[in-house]
Amino acid sequence: MAQATFKIWRGDASGGGYKEYKTEITEGMVVLDAVHNIQATQANDMACRWNCKAGKCGSCSAEINGKPRLMCMTRMNTLPVEEPITVEPIHTFPVIKDLVTDVSWNYEVKKKIPKLKPRAPDAPDGTWRMSQEDVDRPQELRKCIECYLCQDVCHVLRDHNLKDKFAGPRFMIYAAQLEMNPIDSDSRTTFMKEQMGIGYCNITKCCTEVCPEHIKITDNGIIPMKERVVDDHYDPVLWLWRKLTGK
Amino acid sequence: MAEVQTYEHDVLVIGAGGAGLRAAIEASAAGVSVGLVCKSLLGKAHTVMAEGGVAAALANVDDRDSWKVHFADTMRGGQYVNNWRMAELHAKEAPERVRELEKWGAVFDRTKDGKILQRNFGGHRYPRLAHVGDRTGLEIIRTLQDHGIHQGIQVYMEVAIIRLLKDGDRVTGAFGYYREKGRFVLFKAKAIVLATGGIGKAYSITSNSWEYTGDGHTLAYDAGADLLDMEFVQFHPTGMIWPPSVRGILVTEGVRGEGGVLRNKEGKRFMFDDIPDNYKQQTADNEEEGWRYCQGDKNARRPPELLTRDHVARCINREVKAGRGSPHGGVYLDISWIKQRVPNGEEHIKRKLPSMYHQFKELGDIDITKEPMEVGPTTHYMMGGAKVDGDTQMTRVPGLFAAGECAAGLHGANRLGGNSLSDLLVFGQRAGQFAAKFAKENKAGAVNGDQVDAVARWALEPFERTSGTEGPYMVQKDLQEMMQANVGIVRKEDEMQKAVGEIAKLWERANKVRVDGNREYNPGWHTAMDLHSLLTVSEAVARAGIERKESRGAQFRDDYPEKDAKFGKLNIIIRKGPDGKMQVIQEPLKELPAELKQIIDEMQK
Repeated sequence: MAQATFKIWRGDASGGGYKEYKTEITEGMVVLDAVHNIQATQANDMACRWNCKAGKCGSCSAEINGKPRLMCMTRMNTLPVEEPITVEPIHTFPVIKDLVTDVSWNYEVKKKIPKLKPRAPDAPDGTWRMSQEDVDRPQELRKCIECYLCQDVCHVLRDHNLKDKFAGPRFMIYAAQLEMNPIDSDSRTTFMKEQMGIGYCNITKCCTEVCPEHIKITDNGIIPMKERVVDDHYDPVLWLWRKLTGK
Repeated sequence: MAEVQTYEHDVLVIGAGGAGLRAAIEASAAGVSVGLVCKSLLGKAHTVMAEGGVAAALANVDDRDSWKVHFADTMRGGQYVNNWRMAELHAKEAPERVRELEKWGAVFDRTKDGKILQRNFGGHRYPRLAHVGDRTGLEIIRTLQDHGIHQGIQVYMEVAIIRLLKDGDRVTGAFGYYREKGRFVLFKAKAIVLATGGIGKAYSITSNSWEYTGDGHTLAYDAGADLLDMEFVQFHPTGMIWPPSVRGILVTEGVRGEGGVLRNKEGKRFMFDDIPDNYKQQTADNEEEGWRYCQGDKNARRPPELLTRDHVARCINREVKAGRGSPHGGVYLDISWIKQRVPNGEEHIKRKLPSMYHQFKELGDIDITKEPMEVGPTTHYMMGGAKVDGDTQMTRVPGLFAAGECAAGLHGANRLGGNSLSDLLVFGQRAGQFAAKFAKENKAGAVNGDQVDAVARWALEPFERTSGTEGPYMVQKDLQEMMQANVGIVRKEDEMQKAVGEIAKLWERANKVRVDGNREYNPGWHTAMDLHSLLTVSEAVARAGIERKESRGAQFRDDYPEKDAKFGKLNIIIRKGPDGKMQVIQEPLKELPAELKQIIDEMQK
């Protein structure tokens, strides 16, 4: 049976470093299995978050050999096991302990975004009629499992740490799916421009590349959202119309 | 009492999956202060794993559906030991609970005329499951979460509760710890709602996550509430079985709803061989009719793959034991064959079952549009739980409520797929409503400092032990394997008796485990404390299983392979006796009112 060496970051907010562990590799194993083996046999107190182990809850985000991934969806046979595999916490958020980071900022941001404001129902029983074609678009964005890998890799947040100015890709598409919901009657364009900093995104598409749900974050979420902002704020004809009518 | 960070709420909800979130939303809407405790981050609870859909008689796809049919289906699926009042309320209220989700942002798949689409599922007579592809649970938890965060609910993330506190008979608080720093925390509350989910981690092969350690069951039991139907553990017929690391992960029943078929290694569709008498009239007896049913033909009967979960799981078990299984000890589930029948089949499968496609592709290197999956039974759902009043969801402990998987009654001996998402919406709402009412009608009770100190001392013992060398993981693993072997899908008196004996030994080991490190985010320590609840629920399952000397629904006894009318008239209750020992009580079912009996009789025609 093959053996692999893991270099796992151990430490907390005050600092830390990589620690080496060796563990057996069996067929079909994913990185999270290896981390669990190490936890159960060599490091009972090693912290890592996980829940579903099936790529559905978005808890086990980490950086594996430098790449932001879900540990539960990274198969060992896709990694070069002859060299040590590094596993470290996602970089964009403060470390709590070992592989666990403080992602509470994301929860704060979401709270600020105005929730769905449904228009009057279409039918007397209080329901709406929507065609599948119209819900395809918000449904794609609603596949998001909130693993925050897109937030982790976004250079505006990661390299420039502009968390006070830019909400990040997760919340661009969160707002976009609300805007695309056929029954929504609100507009979040001014809010996204002024409070969430949508202009900071310069469409490098790193977020799309790391999305474990394969959501086309940039093409199908952020760009349409940017277009709505542009329509509402930078359209010269509309601008003139508003100027003249005062609307 | 030692200094402990303390919060006070009118209603405290423990557990933030679908049931807990729905309860918290309802209670806060009633104008009381609400605290919501989650063991993980908000939005990560096991509800995300629910795939197929939420059952509600909306009658959008087949107008013959109604609450009465849903009620009768639920009772039949549960082999008539259900709490009929819960089955009635559930069937009546599920449609409204689903519709209101749309108002809060849920985006379900649509029918051609723009209504919520519904799909077929095992045991449901008509297409009844509202769904979003095969990620319905995620849609529901996210919708409740995104609505709930604007309701003024105070959320405590990554907090685990280890004991409830009482003032006389009444529950008055909850004591636990922050996973992050390991600090203790005390919640004072006028009413408490348990919504902690299931017990799957008592078994080695399970679709459940680490969180499913029976916390709510055990909190309720320790606080003096009754546990009901603990013998009924649902083994989902189709879990992944290969590679080993994914063993147990769920393969949605939706695969079969879309036309997926089960075959043994000889290529035979073995489900046609054993159709129970009470389902014969509604089950197709040939492949062609089964396929037409999956295509929405209202005159066709369902294929036998869509019989109830308990039955399908046992049939798979039988094939494997008879040596007709697949190479890794399961059977084949094939959806790729439908390419012969539907145009553009590959795309069709990917669109209908996107997460299944994704899951097998990434975890198993298998393209389900081209080859069959290997599947086998996995511990999936707990029908048993805290015994509650059907209308209010209150346990026999005043102020203590329970909803969702950790409560019992709705599903009886076997849950139908899709009835758990509707369960948590309907009874989450009710628990929230009545907990708020209780909080308004009652003054805050006292919290006993001695109780708090005793629990805190107990929690820290694993750090102080110096003699033992065993860590908690070995005990957990041994328990899981022992339960899998002795109290699993096919049961026997002697094996379950053996299990009770083994559990006693495991208790002794659990009381001696030692943990390393400090209190900050220490999974070893958390596991050591979880052993208390895992062992409690394991013992309850084994003892209740011994007491019910018959086969019914999810409990199959090799030594009593038939149903016994005597046991069809009673529930098994587990209660903590005054001496701290587990009591097993037979309790007669409440008589079914004439109008509900009439519905069941009519539907059987």
